[in-house]
Amino acid sequence: MNLEILSQYLVNGLMLGMIYAMVAVGFTLFFGVLDVIKFSHGDVLMIGGFAGLSAYIGAQSMGITNPWLQLLVMLIAALSVTAALGALVARFLILPLRDAPPINLLLITLMLGLVLRECVRLFYPDGSNSKPFPQLLPTNTWHLAGLAIRADSAILLMVGALTIFGVHQLINRSKLGLAIRAVAQDGETARIMGINFERIVLLTFALGSALAATAGMMNGLYYNEINFNVGLLLGVIGFCAAILGGLGNFYGAILGGFLFAALQTIGAVALPHLIPGFQGAYKDVFAFAAVIILLAWKPTGLIAERSSERV
Amino acid sequence: MNTKINLALLPALLSACMLAAPFALARDVVKIAFVGPLTGGSSAIGLGGRNSSDLAVKQHNAKADGPYEYELVSLDDECKPNVGVQIATKIAADKDIVGGVTHFCSAVAMSAIDVYHKFNLPVVVWGAVLPDITYANNFKEVHRVNGTMINQNQEAAKFMVDHGYKTFAVIHDTTDYGKGHNKYFSEALEKAGGKIVGTFGVTADQQDFTAELTQIKQLKPQVIYFGGLTPIGIRIRSQMEKLGIEAQFEGTSGIKSDAYIEGASPVLAEGSLSFIEGAPWEKLAAGPAFFAAYDQQKYAQPPEAYGPFAYVASNLLMDAIDKVGPNRRKVRDELNHTKDADTMIGPITFDDHRQNIVPLITSYVVQDGKWVPWQDSEYATGARKLKGM
Repeated sequence: MNLEILSQYLVNGLMLGMIYAMVAVGFTLFFGVLDVIKFSHGDVLMIGGFAGLSAYIGAQSMGITNPWLQLLVMLIAALSVTAALGALVARFLILPLRDAPPINLLLITLMLGLVLRECVRLFYPDGSNSKPFPQLLPTNTWHLAGLAIRADSAILLMVGALTIFGVHQLINRSKLGLAIRAVAQDGETARIMGINFERIVLLTFALGSALAATAGMMNGLYYNEINFNVGLLLGVIGFCAAILGGLGNFYGAILGGFLFAALQTIGAVALPHLIPGFQGAYKDVFAFAAVIILLAWKPTGLIAERSSERV
Repeated sequence: MNTKINLALLPALLSACMLAAPFALARDVVKIAFVGPLTGGSSAIGLGGRNSSDLAVKQHNAKADGPYEYELVSLDDECKPNVGVQIATKIAADKDIVGGVTHFCSAVAMSAIDVYHKFNLPVVVWGAVLPDITYANNFKEVHRVNGTMINQNQEAAKFMVDHGYKTFAVIHDTTDYGKGHNKYFSEALEKAGGKIVGTFGVTADQQDFTAELTQIKQLKPQVIYFGGLTPIGIRIRSQMEKLGIEAQFEGTSGIKSDAYIEGASPVLAEGSLSFIEGAPWEKLAAGPAFFAAYDQQKYAQPPEAYGPFAYVASNLLMDAIDKVGPNRRKVRDELNHTKDADTMIGPITFDDHRQNIVPLITSYVVQDGKWVPWQDSEYATGARKLKGM
């Protein structure tokens, strides 16, 4: 196996890991701040992607042809649509029901995800078919010391890393982040301290959803394709990754995301050579089985929380 | 006094007769069902088939001397076996439905034929190509007008080897359909003298193929053969480009749809190959008339690859019902005896397993954003070249 192919596997794995990590961070934020598993998160990612695609079509028809400008318009559209969607969901679905049994909330958000998916399938023109996502990033390949890396993969990886770093800085260094962490730790006390509980919850949901939109745009730009089903598996994997890393823990979500991507890549690439009869199509089986074993070993996640709650 | 009463009753009787006359002249309504993937990744083909069946029914009803008025009940199997079985049970259990024009997705057809057999509902398959649908059991209810993937893949293998390609990688989906393609293509290619350097099974709704394609890149095949349907065909073609794989992309009738070209973008789809049974419709005697009538109806979708087959299947069914009446068993027996039936796609004869013997396979190539029969394309004349040639 030469270095070029190895670097290709590495880039593939890193890209997947980045997208999973961004979805997992969203799950972790929502759970941390309100103890709610928002299962519609994967589908919010899909909505972000479609919002970006619609913005692209709009930009084209308005005569904007510079690809960087188009990207900017798409990003703004995707981020604002999903942030608004996230805040709306928090305001009208999550907050009023936060004292309900957690399983009810989980089911409601699961159903919301289904509604979002079916709405796109039915109402977006020709929604049930895959749509090509525009190729806006430069596609030249750089060769360094036997490694080959495409410019667009490199840019996406850098953007993903910067986004995660940015969110990390926001949560740990800014006043908003302080308020979010305070609400996550103890909502009642935060209120007594003068923090506007509702506003912080809405902002957290908007932030998490905007993160999903970024992941959706990255997914679209990487695969040059988007369809109404992308959110389903990504949501499940993101949730698994968040649990694996330790729900409520920011670093755990990132670790979980990259770990799951690594398991999938090993399952698709290394195992068919090591185990006779093992086909690459079983990579998800292998990855999820490994997650089950890891969770059985460490039920509260790899980076253990101080206290655990049963949902 | 009696005459007075009689005279008064006469106009009443006459008007009653006049009112009853249209009902006596009205034809009985017979329902036939159409089942196909009206939503989902193969919906373009499903809707084309549905529209073609609808056209057949409208044309048949327009004939003044037909004994029955036909009503098309169209249902969506979503290309999912569990949904397909529910739909099959629904139409088979409905006594008003005398026959069905059913299925494009082979995986769905395989599950549904058991239901049709149980309820004695005669069906004519219009698009599913898996041989097992007619050959695995001896169900007298199941007929098929399109060819099977055996012929398709023999032509697919021979075509590529004749053009000088030697090494192939096979990607197939893990449903019965994809596995069937893999089996028959591999057999046919071995006979034709080609070499398969790797075979990869993928799930029918897989999103990411970078792992499989990176392995294929290492193996350096000249051709990537894809046995599966349009949704993942699009993804594989796009991701091949992403990873810089320069192989020629060869598919089956599963990707011969406008949705493939639109989804992969005409630039990437350029030069992709597919194979489908039957002569190009544009060349057949009744072909242009079909397309003209189809355009006149102003359907929202084109007939796509299997529309003509759905049209022919509907006509066969309605002709059989016209002849023997709306009785399922009689219609089934009548269809079983189909020999040299004159239809738009040529003469249809069912063999002992009620499979139409269709000797001709047409190769298609994407040129300038459209599927063009190979013999009419610039690739055949040498003006354009396939990858690696």
